[in-house]
Amino acid sequence: MTVDTLRLSAEEGNKLVTDGEISSDELYRAYLDAIGERDPELHAFLYVCENDPGEGIPIAIKDVIGTRGIPTTAGSKILESYIPVYDATVIANCRTRGLRVIGKTNTDEFAMGSSTENSAFGPTHNPWDPTRVPGGSGGGSAAAVSAGLAPWALGSDTGGSIKQPAALCGHVGLRPTYGTVSRYGVVAFASSLDQVGPVARNVRDCAFLYSVISGHDDNDSTTVDVPDVELPTAEELKGLRIGVPKEMNGVEGIEPGVSAAVNKALELAESLGATVEECSLPRSVDYGVACYYLIAPAEASANLARYDGVRFGLRDDGADFREMVMKTRDAGFGDEPKRRIMVGAYALSSGYYDAYYRTAQKVRTVIKREHDELFERFDVLVSPTSPTVAFPIGAKIDDPVAMYMNDVLTIPSCMAGLPGLNIPCGLSEGLPVGLQLIGPQFGENTLFRAAHALEQAIGFDVVPERLR
Amino acid sequence: MSTTWEPVIGLEIHVQLKTETKMFCRCRNGFGGEPNSQTCPVCLAFPGALPVPNRRAIEETIKLGLALDCTIAERAVFHRKNYFYPDNPKAYQISQYDEPLCAKGHLDVPTGEGVTRIGITRAHLEEDAAKNVHVAASGRLHGATATLVDFNRCGTPLVEIVTEPDLHDAETAKRFLQLLRQTVVELGLSDAELEHGSMRFDVNVSVRPAGTDELRTRTELKNMNSFNFAAKGIEREIARQIRIYEAGGVVDQETLHFDPAHEESPPMRSKEEAQDYRYFPEPDLVPVEPGRELVERLRGEIGELPGARITRIAETLSFYDADVLVTGGLDRLWVAVVDAGADPKDAANVLANQFVATGIDPSAVDAGELAKLVSTRAEIPRAAFDEALAKVGETGFSADPYLAQKVVADTAELDPIIERIIEANPGQADQYRSGKHGLLGFFVGQVMKETGGSADPRVVNERLRVLLG
Amino acid sequence: MARITKEEVLHVARLARLELSDAEVAKFQEQLSDILEAVSKVSELDLSDVPPTAHPLEIANAWAEDVARDCLPLDDVFANAPDRDGDYFRTPPA
Ligand SMILES: [Mg+2]
Ligand SMILES: [Zn+2]
Repeated sequence: MTVDTLRLSAEEGNKLVTDGEISSDELYRAYLDAIGERDPELHAFLYVCENDPGEGIPIAIKDVIGTRGIPTTAGSKILESYIPVYDATVIANCRTRGLRVIGKTNTDEFAMGSSTENSAFGPTHNPWDPTRVPGGSGGGSAAAVSAGLAPWALGSDTGGSIKQPAALCGHVGLRPTYGTVSRYGVVAFASSLDQVGPVARNVRDCAFLYSVISGHDDNDSTTVDVPDVELPTAEELKGLRIGVPKEMNGVEGIEPGVSAAVNKALELAESLGATVEECSLPRSVDYGVACYYLIAPAEASANLARYDGVRFGLRDDGADFREMVMKTRDAGFGDEPKRRIMVGAYALSSGYYDAYYRTAQKVRTVIKREHDELFERFDVLVSPTSPTVAFPIGAKIDDPVAMYMNDVLTIPSCMAGLPGLNIPCGLSEGLPVGLQLIGPQFGENTLFRAAHALEQAIGFDVVPERLR
Repeated sequence: MSTTWEPVIGLEIHVQLKTETKMFCRCRNGFGGEPNSQTCPVCLAFPGALPVPNRRAIEETIKLGLALDCTIAERAVFHRKNYFYPDNPKAYQISQYDEPLCAKGHLDVPTGEGVTRIGITRAHLEEDAAKNVHVAASGRLHGATATLVDFNRCGTPLVEIVTEPDLHDAETAKRFLQLLRQTVVELGLSDAELEHGSMRFDVNVSVRPAGTDELRTRTELKNMNSFNFAAKGIEREIARQIRIYEAGGVVDQETLHFDPAHEESPPMRSKEEAQDYRYFPEPDLVPVEPGRELVERLRGEIGELPGARITRIAETLSFYDADVLVTGGLDRLWVAVVDAGADPKDAANVLANQFVATGIDPSAVDAGELAKLVSTRAEIPRAAFDEALAKVGETGFSADPYLAQKVVADTAELDPIIERIIEANPGQADQYRSGKHGLLGFFVGQVMKETGGSADPRVVNERLRVLLG
Repeated sequence: MARITKEEVLHVARLARLELSDAEVAKFQEQLSDILEAVSKVSELDLSDVPPTAHPLEIANAWAEDVARDCLPLDDVFANAPDRDGDYFRTPPA
């Protein structure tokens, strides 16, 4: 039996295997063939597993997630030859469900970026238009799912690395509530923000994969037990109270085509029985990016300090320990990690701590409070996921600050530790537009229900036009 | 011109907890074993590894805090202390900064003249570093060609105790350290063995004109590995600083390393790169909020502390004896021996002088039997007493056979022996008579030898003087 | 907001153990200045009585019981080691 990996959902693939319509190996090989056919153009994968044990369906894994015996580079030269000796908890969870790793997907170095152009191993291309970026940092997982190179994938999201690529590649991605998915075994970027989450072709697959990876982990003291996941079936939105933060839909640089598609989806939501009301996040949108680009680099400056050439990874020569470490880190890290490490060290250094890091922590409180207040009146908040559709490769690479603004709409809820889910809601200039649903803490089931009903009503075809 | 100088001394002590597992991973604590054989992704800081705190280590730190009359924080937070060094795999040490578990306590140190109260600034929990071995082409030494790292010790729970600069002399500093050590040992938190590095301490020393409260530049004496060594080091440093000031000079801030094997953090590179640890809250961990219940439960587990016992026992004995008994871990045996009928002073002397030298575990001793030995030690031969004392720790030990060996004090029995010995040594006898009285010892020795040590030395001396006279 | 000086770039690079070429120093001085200027926006708000948030999750006392687990076999300990000497990790002299 031949399968169309461009159209097959994980749920369908799983049914084919359990019903014996196709063997796990045959399905795995079908995806290997798709990779052989389309990945040379896209470069979604940094490593492809010829064969990985398991009886279930394949899954692609962002290369910041540690996989025992399978190279894990985090998109960095400093880990080019690193092969973990233990599985991340999320990988162990996938394995107990029979899922088979088909490969490791491209990422901005240490997940630092919004375009996957910061990968030390070259950029990934957007399946809808290979001259454009797939978003980032999880551009590899996004492109792989969008182009049918994997039925689903795991990503990681610190300030938008799951949601923004899902928006730019036109599929579903969830950044879960902070603390619901283990970070153990995941190469750390910013510990108080990093969350692993599902990348999928539809909301039901997304919800199912979330149920596989979520829950308390003894190896991660920042995890908690989560409510049982309900696979969504909703076709309507009766009683759902949607808040639309005006700052998000009026943010500087937002493209008209993006607003139009999102507003059309909001009208659909109303026709499905939801109440839609404008609301406000006065300071979260204005100050979120500045807050994020102090806190995340500060934590990163410490998290990336362990790359010292002693126990694993790249080692350059040096007359003494200090010289060896400095040369190793200079040779191993690309510009973006270097920039963030230095900004972070600066923000934490004596004399600047209060003005930068501690002030940012207080802004974080403000952002959290603004969201908490809104969720007393609303079940979900809706906005565009990204102010723009996919932009051309190279367009923003020399302007870090402009690049940072890609995440202006995804960052605030990340700072507040809240879940956010992207669904495609239409096209602009022939490229996907993403709609972001933000929920209250542990409100994943609400997001799944709302997103599923909207998804059905919108009827977006996730297969890139040029591949149909 | 002739200023009198007041020393100002502060201490920073590190104590390794003897938990089953390490502070932030479940590798076995208590290193040894093949190098790097007690390690895991967490204590090797492999990518993606995360710390999970050891509950027992937290409780034991709180217990020590209570023993030091500290305020236990309602909310304590772990911080990252950032610095690069081969023994520090994450390049940050998980420690505590402005929200430690225990703060504002004190330890009352009994002295000859009552007690001296030493303020405890804080007691916090952190993780120990790995072991660096500096090697040259041949053998191990400094100015090395390479550094080898063994991570077995890395992540051992470490309590850091910081005192106020309340100490003003080396002797009290030494007593404080001995008392703190005994307190930690009795609480069962640590072996606190200096020679194994399970207790380490640094000393800050400065001096100021007596009567002023200025704080002058202090120097740091690091990693001294014995209490006496510390006392000597402090005295030497005090004298050195006074000499400098009286010569019109200035003391510069410096660190004097005594035992580089136990360095905790790297030496500063240069002035322009003065250490900047960039402390910030450890985002991989959540706060510790002990709560009343836990704190009260732990308080209930603490018995009478050494300091209090020294003061109490010093009402019966000299302060010196009380101090030696308690800090030597001998006072409970002393009480038992006295209860069994021995004279308190005699018991103290035997325990503090002879028994302590045998290295026998006090808890293994049958106090009743020891009491018999103490009470009769004047009446049995010295040799017999020593032999008995050496065996007093053995199970089923009985003092009776030794008590049976009475000393011979009867002159009718001793005189013939003494006369025989004088006759056998005419030369020495003449010299003695011609004034060389130092020879008396020689004759005493001969008599004791002849009597197999059973003769009463007092009587032998008397009779020799008479019979040689 | 003042631009970051060359000395500050070198100082922070030293803190972070990054050996920068002169070209890098010049480039990063520009870029770090832009970034710091942008993030300095946080100082515009009046935050006098706002407490800091270190963590989005409001839980406490996440700890493990003091029970030993297996350690890594030495083969795994050294699987990725750039330089090994017997059962030690080896580095240039500290
Ligand atoms: Mg310390
Ligand atoms: Zn360990």
